[in-house]
Amino acid sequence: MANETRYEYDAVKGFAISSLFWGVVGLLVGILISLQLVYPQLNLTPWLTYGRLRPIHTNALIYGFTIPAAFSLFFFLVQRLGRAPLAFPGLAKFTLYLFNIAIVLAALSLFAGMNQSKEYSELEWPLDIVVVILWVLFSVNIIGTIVRRTEEQMYVSLWYILATVVGVAIVYIGNNISMPVSLFKSYSVYAGANDANVQWWFGHNAVAFVFTTIPLAVFYYILPKSSGAPLYSHRLSIVGFWSLVFAYLWTGAHHLVYTPLPDWIQTVAIAFSIFLIAPSWASVINGYGTMNGRWEQIRNNYLVKFIILGITFYGLQTVQGPSQAVRAFSALIHYTDWVPGHVHMGTMGWVTMTISAGFYYMLPRIYNTEIYSVKLANLHFWLVLVGQLVYSVTMWITGIRQGAMWRALNSDGSLVYANFIETLTPNYPFWNLRTLGGVIFFIGFLVFVYNIAKTIQLAPAPQKA
Amino acid sequence: MNVDKKPITFMILAVLAILVGTLLTTFIPLFVGTVSPSTEKVIPYKPLELEGRDIYIREGCNNCHTQTVRPLPFETRRYGSYSQLEDSAIDRPHLWGSKRTGPDLARVGRKYPAAWHYLHMKSPQSMFPQSNMPSYAWLADNKLSTRYTEKKMKVLGYPYTAENITALKELTEMDALVAYLVRLGKELKQ
Repeated sequence: MANETRYEYDAVKGFAISSLFWGVVGLLVGILISLQLVYPQLNLTPWLTYGRLRPIHTNALIYGFTIPAAFSLFFFLVQRLGRAPLAFPGLAKFTLYLFNIAIVLAALSLFAGMNQSKEYSELEWPLDIVVVILWVLFSVNIIGTIVRRTEEQMYVSLWYILATVVGVAIVYIGNNISMPVSLFKSYSVYAGANDANVQWWFGHNAVAFVFTTIPLAVFYYILPKSSGAPLYSHRLSIVGFWSLVFAYLWTGAHHLVYTPLPDWIQTVAIAFSIFLIAPSWASVINGYGTMNGRWEQIRNNYLVKFIILGITFYGLQTVQGPSQAVRAFSALIHYTDWVPGHVHMGTMGWVTMTISAGFYYMLPRIYNTEIYSVKLANLHFWLVLVGQLVYSVTMWITGIRQGAMWRALNSDGSLVYANFIETLTPNYPFWNLRTLGGVIFFIGFLVFVYNIAKTIQLAPAPQKA
Repeated sequence: MNVDKKPITFMILAVLAILVGTLLTTFIPLFVGTVSPSTEKVIPYKPLELEGRDIYIREGCNNCHTQTVRPLPFETRRYGSYSQLEDSAIDRPHLWGSKRTGPDLARVGRKYPAAWHYLHMKSPQSMFPQSNMPSYAWLADNKLSTRYTEKKMKVLGYPYTAENITALKELTEMDALVAYLVRLGKELKQ
C-alpha cells in the first residue's frame, strides 16, 4: 500500500450532493417564475414576487448548482489527473460547510430584496466577501494538489480548471467593488455606462468561466474515459484553450449593442464574439474527432450520449451567441425572449448534460459501485433533452415574433402595435409551453437525483484501511 | 517551454491572457472621457427619488424593464428620444437591464404623471386587464425608512439639506417609487 495514492473523496461527495439539492431548489423556483409570467396572481407575497425570485433562480443554479458541481468534480479531477491526494482535505470539508451556509444566507437575503441589481452578481457586499473567501479556500486546495502532483504533464482538463480558478476570481472581484452604506446595502463604484460595461464584462465571463471552462474541463476528461478513445488532437486543444481564454474577455459589450456605450467598444466586442466561434468549435471538433469510428457508442453508451449531446449544444450555442452579437440581428431579438431561449440551451443542454455525465462517471467510482440503473439514466437523458428543446424553441419563436411586432411600422412611420401590451400577450401560450418544457426537464432532473441517490444507497460500506 | 508542466507559470500566463481584453475594453475606458461623460448637466437625485430608486432595485424591477432606448426609428417612436451617455452619468448602479417583459422605462416620466403610477402600481390589471405585472399595492402600506437616507446621499455625493430628509418622515415606499418613476427621462438640465 505504501506507493498507492490515497484519494480524499469526502468533500467530493458532499459537494456533489449539495449541488443536486440546490439544483432541485433552483429548478423549482424557475418553474414558479415561469408560471408567474402568465399568472400574475401567483405573486403571493412581496418576497415571492417575480422581481425577487428571478435572481434566486439564477443564483441558485449558478452558485448553488454549477459551482459546487465544479468543486466536486474538480476535487476529483485534480487528484486523479495529478495522481496525488487532495492537498488539504480538512479545509475542503470546512469549505463545504461554509458553502452551504453561504447559499442559505444568499437565498434569504435575496428573498428580503437585498441585491445590488447587477445580473448574476446580485448578492450584497458581505456575501460577496464570503464568496471570495470560499473561492480562495477552493483555489488553495486545487493549486496545492496540482503543485504536489506526481504526474508531470498537466492534461487539458487541468488547464481549464486553472483558468476557472483565476478567471472567476478576476471577474467576480472586478464587478463587485462597491461602496457600502450599511450591512445590507451598497452602491457600485462604477457609474452609468462604465458600470454597464463592467457588469457585462463580468456577465459574459461568468459564462466563460462558469458555464464554459467548468464543463470543458469535465468534457475533456469524461469523453476519452467513457468512450475508451484517446483525445483526437492535443494540438487543437492547446490552440483552442489559449485563444478562448484570450478572446472571451473582449466580448462583454455585445450585451450592450445600441446602448449609449461608445460604438468602438461595441464593435470590438462584436468582432471578438465572432472570432470566439473558432476556439469554441476547436473543442466540438475534438469531441467529434474522438468519436471517429466509434459512433455506435452514442446509441449504447449513456455517458457518451450525455457528453456528445452536451458538446453539440455547446457547438450550437457558440454559433448562435456570436450571431446575436451582430447589430442587425441584435436589433431584432435583444430584450426579447429569444435571449432566455439562448441561455437555456447552454445551461439545460450543454452545462447540465456535461455535469450529469461527470457525476454518472465519478460517483459510482468513488462509492466503489456501479450506477443503479442505466435505464433511468437513459430516461433522464431523453427527458432533459426534450424539456430543453421545448423550452428553447418556443422562446426563439416568440422572441422573433415579439421583436418583429416591436419594429413594425405603418407606411406613415407610425407603430403598428403602438400599445406594448399587444406585443406582450401573444407570449402567453409560448410561455405556457416553456413551463411545460421546464417541468419535463425538472422530472428528468429528479430521475437523475433518484438514480444517484439509489447508487449511493446501494454502495458497499467503505472498508476501513 | 512546456507550460503544461509548470502550473504556476501556466496560471500567470492565463492571468495575462485574461487581463489584455479586460484592461483594453473595460478598465482603461473608465478613464477615457468618451465613456465617462461630464456630470455637470445631470440633475442630482433628490432624497425621495434616491429612496425610490433603491426600492426599484430591491423589488428587481430591472428584471422586466430596461432603461435604455436604442437609436432605432421604431424604438424612438415608441419610447422617446434615444438614451445618451449623460442620462445615466451619475447612476450607481446603472439600471439599463437586459429584458423587456414590460416596456422600457427610460422616458416614462415624460409619458405618465404621478397619479397614473399610483393607480397602475396598485393594480396594473385595472388599466391593462391582460397585464402580467404583479400588484405592488403593499408599497403604499410600507412607511419609507429614512434610517440610511443621509448616509446614502453622502456616499453618492448628492447635495441635500436636513429639511429634505425630515420631509420624508411621513411618506410611504410607494411615494418614493413614484417620485423616482416620474423623474425618468427628465434627468438633464434644460
